[in-house]
Amino acid sequence: MATAAVGPETRVDYLNVDYGIKSWLLTTDHKRIALLYLVSITLFFFVGGAAAALMRLNLIEPNGALVEPATYNKLFSTHGIIMVFFFMIPSIPAVLGNFLVPMMIGARDLAFPRLNLLSWYIFMAGGALCMYAVIGGGVDTGWTFYTPLSTTYLNTNVMSAALGVFVAGFSSILTGLNFVVTIHKMRAPGMTWFRMPLFLWAIYATSIIQILGTPVLAITLALVGLERLFHVGIFDPAVGGDPILFQHLFWFYSHPAVYIMILPSLGVISELVTCFAKKRIFGYSFVAFSSVAIAAISFLVWGHHMFVSGQSIYAGIIFSGLSFAVAIPSAIKVFNWTATLYKGSISYQAPMLYALGFIGLFTMGGLTGLFLATLAVDTHVHDTYFVVGHFHYIMVGGAVMGYLGGIHFWWPKITGRLYPDGWARLAAAIIFIGFNLTFFPQYMLGYLGMPRRYAIYPPEFQVLNVMSSAGASILGVGYLIPLVYMIWSIRYGPVAGPNPWGAKGLEWQTPSPPPTENFPETPVVTEEAYAYGAKEVAVG
Amino acid sequence: MADSHAGAALAHQFEDLEQQHEAASLGMWIFLATEVMFFGGLFAGYTIYRNLYMPGFDAGSHLLNVTIGAINTAVLICSSLTMALGVRAAQLGKRKTLLTFLICTLALGLAFILIKLTLEWRHDYLEGFAPGLNFTFAGPHAKSVELFFCFYFLMTGVHALHMVVGVGVLSVLLALAWKGHFGPQRYNAVETAGLYWHFVDIVWIFLFPLLYLIGGRY
Repeated sequence: MATAAVGPETRVDYLNVDYGIKSWLLTTDHKRIALLYLVSITLFFFVGGAAAALMRLNLIEPNGALVEPATYNKLFSTHGIIMVFFFMIPSIPAVLGNFLVPMMIGARDLAFPRLNLLSWYIFMAGGALCMYAVIGGGVDTGWTFYTPLSTTYLNTNVMSAALGVFVAGFSSILTGLNFVVTIHKMRAPGMTWFRMPLFLWAIYATSIIQILGTPVLAITLALVGLERLFHVGIFDPAVGGDPILFQHLFWFYSHPAVYIMILPSLGVISELVTCFAKKRIFGYSFVAFSSVAIAAISFLVWGHHMFVSGQSIYAGIIFSGLSFAVAIPSAIKVFNWTATLYKGSISYQAPMLYALGFIGLFTMGGLTGLFLATLAVDTHVHDTYFVVGHFHYIMVGGAVMGYLGGIHFWWPKITGRLYPDGWARLAAAIIFIGFNLTFFPQYMLGYLGMPRRYAIYPPEFQVLNVMSSAGASILGVGYLIPLVYMIWSIRYGPVAGPNPWGAKGLEWQTPSPPPTENFPETPVVTEEAYAYGAKEVAVG
Repeated sequence: MADSHAGAALAHQFEDLEQQHEAASLGMWIFLATEVMFFGGLFAGYTIYRNLYMPGFDAGSHLLNVTIGAINTAVLICSSLTMALGVRAAQLGKRKTLLTFLICTLALGLAFILIKLTLEWRHDYLEGFAPGLNFTFAGPHAKSVELFFCFYFLMTGVHALHMVVGVGVLSVLLALAWKGHFGPQRYNAVETAGLYWHFVDIVWIFLFPLLYLIGGRY
C-alpha cells in the first residue's frame, strides 16, 4: 500500500495507513476499534442525554411542563438503559482500555484482535435493538426491568430492549476476557505485575467483574423474556413464582456493574494525579489491591438494593455491613491520591481539573453511599431523589469526569493533536458547576421525601427542581464544548509530539499517533511505574 | 524447529507459539468461567424453587424417563473420551487418528441431540408437559410441576443449544483436520474446543441427577 499521507507529516501511523471505509469496519487494530467505540458511545451518550434533558424540562413545573406521565416513564427508562449499558459500561474499558491496554504493557495488539472487532459488532447489534425499542414505541420498565411489572403488566417494547441489553452483555464479556488474557500473557519483558500502571490494575479488576457478573444478567433477562412469552410463573407470584428472585439475580450483576463503571475511572485518576503532580504514586500496592478488593467485595453487597423488599432482616444486616466494607478500599484510593498531591509540583491543565473534580465528587458520592448502606436511613430515603443524587455523584461526577479526564489526557496520543487548553479548562469548570447545581438539590429533594421516577410532584419541591433543571442545562453546554473543540483539534490543533505532558509509561515513548504495530521494537521495561524524578519540573 | 511452519501458525500479535498457546488456553478457561456463571443463575433459580415446592418438583421429576436420561449420560461421557483422544492425536500430528476421533465425537454429540429431541422432548410435549404451550398435567401440585417442567425445558434446552454449538465447532475442526491443518505446532483450536466440549458434558453430569434422580424414586 502506498502511504496516502497528505500534508507535512509523512510518517505512517495507524490513522493514515488507510482511509477506506473497509479499513475501519474490518479493522482488527485495537486502536481503530477503540475509535469505533468512541464514536458509537458518544452517539449513545447524546441520545441518553437528550432523554435526561426532556425529563429535567418536564420537572420545571409541579404538574409536568412537557410530557404525559406515560411518556415520562419511557424517558427515564431510555435514559437509564442507554446510559448504563451503552455508555457507562463500555466507556473507559472499550475506548481507553482498548487503546491503552496493549500500549501500556508494550504489546502489538490484544490477544484476540478479531474477537475484539466482533465485540464491537455485538455491541452495535445490541444498541440497534435498544434504539428500535426506544423509537418503535418506547419501553417503560426503568433500566432495572423489575418483575412482575416487566413480565406481566407492560405491553411496551420490553422484549427488544431486554434482548438488546442481553446481546450487548456478550460484548462486555468478550472485551473483559480479551483484557484479562492480554494482561496475563502479553506483557513486555520487564513489565512485572507491580510495574504495571495502576490503570491496568483497575481495568483488570473491572474485567473480572464483567466476566463473572454479566452472564448472570444474561440468564436473568433470558428468564424475563421466557416469562413474557409463555407466562409460566418463573417470576409471577400468581403462578407460584417469586419476583424477589429476579431482584436478587438482577442486582447480583447490577451492583458489581456500578463498579464496572467506576473502577476504570479510579484507574485513570491514578494516572492523572501522578502525571500532573510529577510524583510517584503514594502506596502503589495499596492502590493496586484496593481495585481488586473493590471487585471482590462488589459481588457480596447486592442485597443493599433490597432492604425494603422484604428480604430477611439478618440478610439486610450482613449486606449493610459488607456495603460499609466497600468504603475502605475506596477511601484508600482517595487518601493515597491526596498524599500523592502533597508536595507535588502540580500543574492545572484540563485533565488535572477533571481529576481534582473527580476526587471531590467521588468522595461526596461515596459518603452518601454510606447513608444508603445504613438500614434505618435507607428505609427513609429508599427510592427517593437521594438515591438518584448518590449514584449520579458516583456515575457522572465520578465515572464521567474520569472518562473525560482520560480522553483529554490521551487525546494527543490518540490523534497526535492538542486541543485548546483554555477552552478545555473552561469546559471542565462549566461541567463541575453544572453538575453540582443539577445533583446537589436532588440530595435535598430526596431527603425531604420526593420519590424518584415521578412525572409530577407537590408544589413545595419546585424551587429545588428548577435549580436542578437549570444545572442540567449548564451541564449540557459543558458537554457540548469538548465535542466542538475535540473535533476542531483533529484538523487544526497543534501537533502534540510523542509526550506533551512529560508523562511516564510506555504509551508515551512511541510517536503520536502510534504506528499500527505500536512500537518499532518490543520495549524492555527497567523501572517501576510513575518513576517521576523528585526534582523534575512540570512541563508547562 | 520448522520455522516457516511455525511462522504460518503464529498470529502477528504474539512473540512465539508458546505465548499463543497459553493465551488461547487461558481465553477458553475464562470463557468457561462465564459459562459457569450463566448456568449458575439457572441452577440458583432451580434450587430455590425446589426448596419452595419440594413435592411438586419430585412429582415432576418422576414423570421423566430415567433410562433415556442415563443412556444419554453414557453417550456424553463416551464423547468426552473420544474428544480427549482426539486432542492427543492432534498434538502428536496423527491426522487419521484425529479424524476418526473427531467423527466419533461428532456422532455421539448428534446422537445425544437426537435422543433428546425425538425420545424425550417430543414425548414430553405429547404427554402435555410443555409449560406455556400445552401443559395439561392435572395431578396434585400441578402448578409446581409446571414450574419444574419450566426449569427442565430451560436447563436441558440451554444445554442442548451448547451441544449444537459444539457440533458446529467440531464440524469446522473436521474440515480443517481433513485438509491437514493441525500438527504438533498447531493444535490450539482442537484443544480449546475440547475444553468446551468437556464443559458441556460436565453441565449434563449435574443436570442429570438434579432433574431425573430427585425425590427418592428408588
